[in-house]
Amino acid sequence: MGGLLEHIGIEKDRVNFSWISSAEATKFVDVVKEITEKVKALGPNTKLKKQYN
Amino acid sequence: MDTCIEKIKETAGRLLEEEKVEAFIGFAEGTIPMAVNPVSIKTKEDVSKLVFNSFCGLNLANYLPKLKGRIGIVAKGCDSRNIVTHIIENQIARENLVIIGVPCSGMVDKRKITSCFDGEITSFFEEGDSITVTSSEKSETFKKEEFLKANCRLCMHRNPVVYDELACDLIEEQACDNPFEDVEKIEALDREEKHALFQDLTKNCIRCYACRNACPLCYCPTCFVDESSPQWVGKGQDKTDIDTFHFLRAFHCAGRCTDCGACVEACPMNIDVRMFTRKLIKDSYEMFGWEAGLDLQTRPPLDTYKPEDPDDFIK
Repeated sequence: MGGLLEHIGIEKDRVNFSWISSAEATKFVDVVKEITEKVKALGPNTKLKKQYN
Repeated sequence: MDTCIEKIKETAGRLLEEEKVEAFIGFAEGTIPMAVNPVSIKTKEDVSKLVFNSFCGLNLANYLPKLKGRIGIVAKGCDSRNIVTHIIENQIARENLVIIGVPCSGMVDKRKITSCFDGEITSFFEEGDSITVTSSEKSETFKKEEFLKANCRLCMHRNPVVYDELACDLIEEQACDNPFEDVEKIEALDREEKHALFQDLTKNCIRCYACRNACPLCYCPTCFVDESSPQWVGKGQDKTDIDTFHFLRAFHCAGRCTDCGACVEACPMNIDVRMFTRKLIKDSYEMFGWEAGLDLQTRPPLDTYKPEDPDDFIK
């Protein structure tokens, strides 16, 4: 999925996949922290965003 | 190709007469020169309606999932790959099909020919690998290979992969050093350039959904764009909705698209819809060594699991 996103000019780091068991609370926290950092670094998304007036 | 139509007519007539098929799907003359219509014939008398020329760019496999009973069908290389896809996706049973394979030397891009003329084209005549087109002003002869559709130029499966009878002898497959040159060119651009390119690509889209309707892969009873609860995508001409439609439609073709070019052929606004699906064809080839519709036995990569599947996207 990331491949075609990147191909049309949307950063693939905005979409993330992970497999986390309900018993893996620490992994969940780590993954969310990592994703948050990555998306913060990319800044707000401006593409494929609908403008409602 | 001029000779194979006789064989197609003869076989279709025989199949209908012997009641081996209830209907036969092929191409018939369109209402204007260089246009063909898909046709379903049910009697031997109608066999004379059938034609086959270099303008048969639509994909007849598209009509199979909607039909019942035993069906005969004309299949070029790409059509046959879509028939295989239908069979492995349980849309039709192999035993209900009689496939007349047509080894195909490529279809012609009629827009490219039309652009060489100012006046209205009144007739065309095809012989061997040249096509003579006559308009109200002039008559010109073209070499077919210089006017091939973009997907036909890159086609490496010209011969049908499944068939019961052949309309002419098998032909030599094209060799292509790098079939994905077009995709690599886009990959080499930076992100903003890519975005601008695709924004520009879809700017004329009128959302007629001709690309979807011409595509043999799009057979869902209700397409995601027609759903209203939930409404996955807006129905208007908002650019975001247009892009979402094209983007999601492409994803639905991942690992299934045979690059038959029916979407581009059907588009009234000349949008090269293949620019989306080409990337997915390249990805499925590179990640899974997969080309859609070549084999009735192997399950497609997106509905099987193998331990060696690439998994670097998951954390």
